[in-house]
Amino acid sequence: MTPDPTTPAAPAAAPDLLYTAAEDELRAAVRALLDDRASDHAAALARAEAGGPHDPALWRTLAAGIGAAGLLVPEKLGGQGASHREAAVVLEELGRSVTRLPYLTSSVLATEALLGCDTDRPAVAALLGSLAAGTAVAVLAVPLTLGPGSPPPAAVRDTGGALDGSVTAVADAAGADVLLVPADTGLYAVPAAAVTITPQTPLDLTRPLARVTFREAYGELLAGPATAPAVLERALRTGAGLLASEQLGLAEWCLAETVRHVRGRHQFNRPIGSFQALKHRLAQLWLEIAGARAAARNAADALATGAPDTDLAVAVAQAACSRAAVHAAEECVQLHGGIGMTWEHPAHLYLKRAKADALALGTAGHHRTRVAALAGLPGPQA
Amino acid sequence: MSARPTGPAAGSHGPDATAAAASASPAELRRRTEEFLAAHPPADTGRTDFLRARFDAGLAWVHYPEGLGGLGAPRALQAVVDTALEAAGAPDNDPRRIGIGLGMAAPTLLAYGTEEQKRRFLRPLWVGEEVWCQLFSEPGAGSDLAALGTRAVREEATGDWIVDGQKVWTSSAHVARWAILVARTDPALPKHQGITYFLCDMTDPGVEVRPLRQITGEAEFNEVFLTGVRIPDAHRLGAVGQGWEVARTTLMNERVSIGGMRLPREGGMIAPVAALWRERPELRTHALHERLLELWVDAEVARLTAERLRQQLAAGRPGPEGSGMKLSFARLNQEISGLEVELRGEEGLLYDDWTMRRPDLVDFTGRGAGYRYLRSKGNSIEGGTSEILLNIVAERVLGLPAEPRDDKDLPWKDLAR
Repeated sequence: MTPDPTTPAAPAAAPDLLYTAAEDELRAAVRALLDDRASDHAAALARAEAGGPHDPALWRTLAAGIGAAGLLVPEKLGGQGASHREAAVVLEELGRSVTRLPYLTSSVLATEALLGCDTDRPAVAALLGSLAAGTAVAVLAVPLTLGPGSPPPAAVRDTGGALDGSVTAVADAAGADVLLVPADTGLYAVPAAAVTITPQTPLDLTRPLARVTFREAYGELLAGPATAPAVLERALRTGAGLLASEQLGLAEWCLAETVRHVRGRHQFNRPIGSFQALKHRLAQLWLEIAGARAAARNAADALATGAPDTDLAVAVAQAACSRAAVHAAEECVQLHGGIGMTWEHPAHLYLKRAKADALALGTAGHHRTRVAALAGLPGPQA
Repeated sequence: MSARPTGPAAGSHGPDATAAAASASPAELRRRTEEFLAAHPPADTGRTDFLRARFDAGLAWVHYPEGLGGLGAPRALQAVVDTALEAAGAPDNDPRRIGIGLGMAAPTLLAYGTEEQKRRFLRPLWVGEEVWCQLFSEPGAGSDLAALGTRAVREEATGDWIVDGQKVWTSSAHVARWAILVARTDPALPKHQGITYFLCDMTDPGVEVRPLRQITGEAEFNEVFLTGVRIPDAHRLGAVGQGWEVARTTLMNERVSIGGMRLPREGGMIAPVAALWRERPELRTHALHERLLELWVDAEVARLTAERLRQQLAAGRPGPEGSGMKLSFARLNQEISGLEVELRGEEGLLYDDWTMRRPDLVDFTGRGAGYRYLRSKGNSIEGGTSEILLNIVAERVLGLPAEPRDDKDLPWKDLAR
């Protein structure tokens, strides 16, 4: 889209900011699964600390049993033929439970990149089908911090038919079967077995990071140099727009859990939730989350409908939801008092995920800079 | 909010509305409106006559009952009527000028008025022949409204009420014909129980209205002194001692009307500052750019939140976001207008007009940046301070416990003052 430099992009049809009955049903199914199988934060944390992979049985149930992995994939390619609105609901629930599953990376970012390629090509269609079925996991070999509107990375180069280079902070690379690699000559699919994957110690233990090193690695070209940048941009834009829903779910959990705690915790012979200083902080947080919900739904709906102002909707959602999630997690730790600082209480998992999410797919500052361009509000000496 | 009688907002989703919906479909309303326009062509009908006839045809507020300006139709269908009338060039009833009557007095009258009161007051109120004001706040009872001390004493011989006291922050008092008034009728009861709600005739000789000059230099509000004001018992709204319950209906409608405005993207207070930013590149700095972008995003998020709330209402699933919209807009207006004054540099040191004016309306866009900055400071005070609204969100939305208080059971006369 070409932004008009003098007026902000006009919204097309009014966005649908509510949840449909089908979305509510999907949410109920995902929440029931996660409550049953992913609510033991201590066990998930112990597995992550031991360097183990995500829970493969849980992933199979979510991806194939509920069909969540194929929501964005058309039915003729083996998916559910749903939309970004439904994927956003899944991400809200995953954010609510800070579950360690490769949904954002494989079912959203990698899937969306493949959907941007020529899906008539057997290699693209086959990989999309296995991602949608949850039988394979693919990740984009870019740093998790890369946001939409950034120049394509130049870390991997084609040296006469093979790829060389190194990419750090690649999310969920350790459990992936396939890497989608933006190189100078296009976008390649490289089997994980053909590269060196070195786990890094992440701030957010629930989203593993790794360095991926390519040494004369052979891959299949999915998109040439003319189309690969647009493919990458499409994936990053969708990823950023839907990450907002993960941040929303995370923030909602933090608020609900904190409200529960301050109602039950007594000090000075009163529930601490009756003190006005705390009530006002939580009411402010609720307001911020109500705004985050509207912004996240707007982005999901814009992506689903292909609205002309989708770029702006995504940038606004990221700017708002990054802040709301970090604020909610920080308040959660603070208002839990000493218990909020312990390893055994899950608050720290939410804070770490919220802070890492605030860097993922472009910081709030990055997205505000996008707003400046999209809404025609240039900086000095523009 | 317990045992609140059915008001207009609740009524639009009630069984009566459902029954009426069949006979008041959009097509049916469009037909009625066209018939009405044919019988009263706007070009040949005087403004007041047109508005009176519109009220009598039930097209004033379609969700009100028949005979009281409405048809008992769903509230959402008002748009069908308004659109058709606007297209025909029909006069409107100047809703901004009579906003207190429309937004606060009317729904309270509808919920608690006798048949006689509804028939006497609703028509001239809606037509705009009678402007209303609200005699609630007092110098000693602002956020703690139930502490009010204006006395109403019943005269044995006549049954009339004699009112003495002082009210404050009264918009439109200088042009109002009627007022909604809360007064204390039993000081021996706890403060919420001894209050009664009245309709006060502003032309009574005991009513004195004095302009109250404000931070902006103008006198948008008034002080109202009540000295031996005689109110007949027929102008009492609700039972004796029921005034607090009646007032809550008024206040709830006040907050709904404040949060209910619909804005386009980059509408509201962000519009003048964004326009200035584009027109005057020499004023731009990096620090102001960061703040502008943050506020632009916040304004867009607030707009989307309000839009989501409207969609929830339209779907019959009202959400609690309404309690928060006034808080968001108050903060935004203050921060945005503060940024605009700074952005203007030297011009920001100047003010457009300190003349003591008496405006009917708050005109944010017709005045300068300094006015916007100063006037918006009132947004977090009027209609419930932000601190009180945060308490309401915390207690009613989040379910947090109320703070302990010792004024609930003490007689009003024994409270510290």
